[in-house]
Amino acid sequence: MNAAPSNRHNVRLERVTKQFGSWTAVDDISLTINGGEFFSLLGPSGCGKSTTLSMIGGFESPSCGAIYLGGEDVSRQPPYKRDVNTVFQSYALFPHLDIFENVAFGLRRKGLAKAEIEARVREMLALVDLAGFAKRKPGQLSGGQAQRVALARALVNKPKLLLLDEPLGALDLKLRKQMQIELKRIQNEIGITFLFVTHDQEEAMAMSDRLAVMSKGRIEQIGTPAEVYDHPATEFVASFLGASNLIPGTVVERGKETAVVRLEDGALIRLPVAALQTGDAEVKIGVRPEKFLVLAPGESEAPGWNVIEAVAGVSVYLGVSRQYMMESKTGRPLSVYAQNAGRMGDIAPGETVRLAWNPMHTFAVAANQTQPEGE
Amino acid sequence: MRRLRGKLAPYLLSLPSWVYLLVFFLIPLCSMLGMALAVGNPLTGYILSDNFQEFVTAFNNYQDAFLRSFWYGTASTVITLAISYPVAYWIAFYGGRHKSTYLFLVMLPFFVSFVIRVLAWEFILSDQGFLLGPLKAIGLLPRSYHLLSTQWAVIGGLVYNSFAYYVLPLYVVLEKIDRRLVRAANDLYASPATAFMKIILPLSAPGVFAGFLLVFVTNVGDFVNAALLGGPGTYMIGNIIQDSFFESQDYPMAAALSSMLMLMLMIAILLYSKVFGAEAIQEYAA
Ligand SMILES: Nc1ncnc2c1ncn2[C@@H]1O[C@H](COP(=O)(O)OP(=O)(O)OP(=O)(O)O)[C@@H](O)[C@H]1O
Ligand SMILES: [Mg+2]
Repeated sequence: MNAAPSNRHNVRLERVTKQFGSWTAVDDISLTINGGEFFSLLGPSGCGKSTTLSMIGGFESPSCGAIYLGGEDVSRQPPYKRDVNTVFQSYALFPHLDIFENVAFGLRRKGLAKAEIEARVREMLALVDLAGFAKRKPGQLSGGQAQRVALARALVNKPKLLLLDEPLGALDLKLRKQMQIELKRIQNEIGITFLFVTHDQEEAMAMSDRLAVMSKGRIEQIGTPAEVYDHPATEFVASFLGASNLIPGTVVERGKETAVVRLEDGALIRLPVAALQTGDAEVKIGVRPEKFLVLAPGESEAPGWNVIEAVAGVSVYLGVSRQYMMESKTGRPLSVYAQNAGRMGDIAPGETVRLAWNPMHTFAVAANQTQPEGE
Repeated sequence: MRRLRGKLAPYLLSLPSWVYLLVFFLIPLCSMLGMALAVGNPLTGYILSDNFQEFVTAFNNYQDAFLRSFWYGTASTVITLAISYPVAYWIAFYGGRHKSTYLFLVMLPFFVSFVIRVLAWEFILSDQGFLLGPLKAIGLLPRSYHLLSTQWAVIGGLVYNSFAYYVLPLYVVLEKIDRRLVRAANDLYASPATAFMKIILPLSAPGVFAGFLLVFVTNVGDFVNAALLGGPGTYMIGNIIQDSFFESQDYPMAAALSSMLMLMLMIAILLYSKVFGAEAIQEYAA
C-alpha cells in the first residue's frame, strides 16, 4: 500500500509497433511508467491510444517490440494471466449479468470467499455511487451509470495496473469532476498504477503525474503536465495542449543563457537558449495566449520583456478572462487572454496595442511541419 | 373515434394472420379432433360421436412407437446441437467476410429434395456402400455388420436433416454477441474456456432454446427417415400415422394418433420451457 514510485509495478514499452494489415496504428513507441504513477495518454481520435492499451492489456500482441510489467516480459502472455484490469471505452458490461455480478466477475474468477466478494462489491458500488443498482441489468442503466459500473468492475480487483480508456467520457461535467477527484483519491489510497487514456487535455493535465502526447501512432512528447504545456516539443503538442501562438522567425544570436530570434517583421524576440531544441536557424517561437500582457497606452514593458504590436479584433468574455482575436503587423492571427483583474478597460476592435511577455515564457518548435520525436 | 382507431390498429393489422390461422390451422385442427372421435368408414362416410375408444386403442397398441419417437427426437436433437454449435460458432466468430458464403454452404444440401437427400444416405450407409464396404474389406468391421435399419441410421438421418435448422438460430444469437465482452471477461481473469461458459453460452441460450424446439418437434413427428433408413424395429409414430392413413385408411386412428402426438409434444415443450426456457430467456431479456 504505497503510493511512492517503485519498480515492482512499473510498465515499460520498448519500441512497440502494431500493424493492422498495412496500416500502422502504433508506431515504434517506447515509454516507461513508474509504479504508482498516474500516467495519461493524450491524443486526437484514431492516434492509437486504445491500441496501445489493448497491447498492454494483452488483447492485441505487438507486431514488434516488447512490453514489460514489473520487469517481466509479458508480450506473449494472455490477458487473463496479467494482473492488469481495463475500463473499456465501450464499457463491455455483460448484458446477462446484473450489476452486482458484473462487478463481482473478476473476484469470482480469482476464487475469493463469498463473504469477501459481497463486501468488496458493495463497497465498490457505494464508491461509484451505485449502491441501489446492484440488481439491475446493464441495459437498464444510463451511459454515465454504465461507465461507473465499468470502472467499479475493474477497480474492485485492485490490480497492479489499471488501464482506463476514456473512462469518464460519458459523464456530465459535475459527475466528471467528482469522479476525477475520486479516481485520484483511489489511486493514492491503494497505490496502483493508472494508465489513463483521454482526448481531453484539461482532464489529462489535471489528473496526471506525467503524460504522453500521441499523434498518428507516435509519441510526440512525454513529461509532466507543466513541462509539456510550457515547453511543448513540437508544433503538434503546442496546438493540441491548449491554444498557442506560433510565429516563424530566424535565430540570429545564441548566447549563454539567452537567444534572440528575429521575426518576419524584424522584431527581435528573446528566449532562453534552452528552449531551442535544435541547431536549426529557422524556428517557430511560441507564446501561450495567457502569457501576454496587454500594455495600456503609454505603458512601458518590464525590463527585458519581449514586445510585439497587434491590432485587436473581436473578443469573447469568459468571466475569468476576455479572449481577444488579434492580428500581428504581418497579418498573423494571435490569440490573447486578458485576465479579468481590472487592469484596463476593454480593447475596441481595430485598436492597436502592444503585447509584452516574459522571455521565460517563450518556447520554440521546429519551423518545418510537425516533426514527431520518440522518447 | 381516432382513439378507437388507434386502439384497434394492431388488431386490424394482424387480421390477415388471424384469418390465416383460423382457416389453415384452427379449422383443420378441429376437423382432425372430430375425425378422431368419429365412427364410420371411407365408403359410407363418418359421423361425429363421443367415441374415445380410438384413443385407448392407439395408446395401448403404439406405446412403443411413441416412446421411440421421443427417444429418437431427443437423441437426434442433442446430437444436432453438439454438431451445429461449433459450426455456428466458427462461422459467427471466424467467418469474417465470408460468413454468408459459409451459411450458404450449410444450406446448400437443402436445395436438394428431402427425399433425395435421405435416399442418398441410404446409399451411403448401405451394407456394401462406400462407407461400410472398405471398412469391412480391410476387416475393421465384421461382414455381418450393418447400419441401415438400425436406430442409429434413423437418428443419423434426423441429425443430418435438421443440421441447418439448428445452425441458423445459433448463428443468429452468436453473431449478435459483442466480441469485446470476451475481451472484458479475459481481462477479468477468465480463461477462454471460462469466458465461453460464463459469457458466450448464456448469451447464446435463446438460440439453443429456439433451435431445440424447432428441431425436436420436427424430428419427433418425422417418418421419412425411419421409412427409408430404418427397419421394422425403428417404426416411429409418424410411420404408424402414415400407415393408418394410406395403407389401412383408418382415418379415425390416424387422427387419434396425431392428436395424441400433438398433445404429448405440447406437454413436453411446456415442461422444457419451464425447466430451461424461462431462465434462459429472462437472463437475456434484461
Ligand atoms: N482491429 C483493427 N483493424 C484495423 N485497424 C484498426 C484496428 N483497431 C484500430 N485500428 C485503427 O488504428 C488506429 C488507432 O485506433 P485506436 O482505437 O487505437 O485509436 P484511439 O486513439 O483510441 O482513438 P479514439 O480516441 O477515437 O478512441 C485507427 O486509425 C483505427 O482505425
Ligand atoms: Mg480509443
